[in-house]
Amino acid sequence: MSIRTPLARVRGLGTAKDGTHHWWVQRVTSIALVPLILWFVLSMLVYSRADYETLRHWLGNPINAGLLVTLLVTAFYHAKLGMQVIYEDYVQPEWLKYTLLLVTQFVLFLLGAISTVAVLKVALG
Amino acid sequence: MSANKRPLSPFMIGPYYKPQMTSMLSITHRATGAGLVVGTLLLVYWLAAAALGPEAYEHAQAILGSMLGQLFMFLWTWSLFYHMANGIRHLFWDAGYGFEMETATKSGWAVVWSSIILTFLCWLIAAP
Repeated sequence: MSIRTPLARVRGLGTAKDGTHHWWVQRVTSIALVPLILWFVLSMLVYSRADYETLRHWLGNPINAGLLVTLLVTAFYHAKLGMQVIYEDYVQPEWLKYTLLLVTQFVLFLLGAISTVAVLKVALG
Repeated sequence: MSANKRPLSPFMIGPYYKPQMTSMLSITHRATGAGLVVGTLLLVYWLAAAALGPEAYEHAQAILGSMLGQLFMFLWTWSLFYHMANGIRHLFWDAGYGFEMETATKSGWAVVWSSIILTFLCWLIAAP
């Protein structure tokens, strides 16, 4: 016996077989973010009020620039996955849900690109 | 049974369930997650300003150092610690540990207090 409703069966809608991967990647990114965030917080305790030259010197170290870019990419990916779940759970109607999903995805990608280029420019400049 | 007549479990927050510590922490996890996304704009702004040069960077430091900027950063710090601590709590659940009510309540309070203490600790250390 199927637990799907007759309507769902007629529509032919079903799982996209993608949920487990989404769940898994959200966990992988969250595990990666724990040490990255701790490093970031400790760094910000020292450098959040730094003058320009000190900041340049800090990001001039490839380890710091590499960690920051990794943090940014991981955090924006994690954010995209999380916001997707929030919209899917709470937003109706469908057109609004998909509009928000797409806009958020585009904006987060753009923010990730801008911040990565910014870090690289300071690091290499 | 047609699709719109099926019994649905009501949302955890609303008239059907008594507010519980665990459900409040759960919705706060989502709220802080969404808040962190918005707060990330500050980080992007700070980094972009640094890339534009010393003048833009000084300007950004002044804006972020203002009362409003500091208030946002304070809330952002707490959201970050809360989301991280509760995220670790979630990872333990994912591994199958800590589901007993007593443990879940205890770990919940640990999340609340550790996030508050870490936030104040950071701001005491980094105070201007």
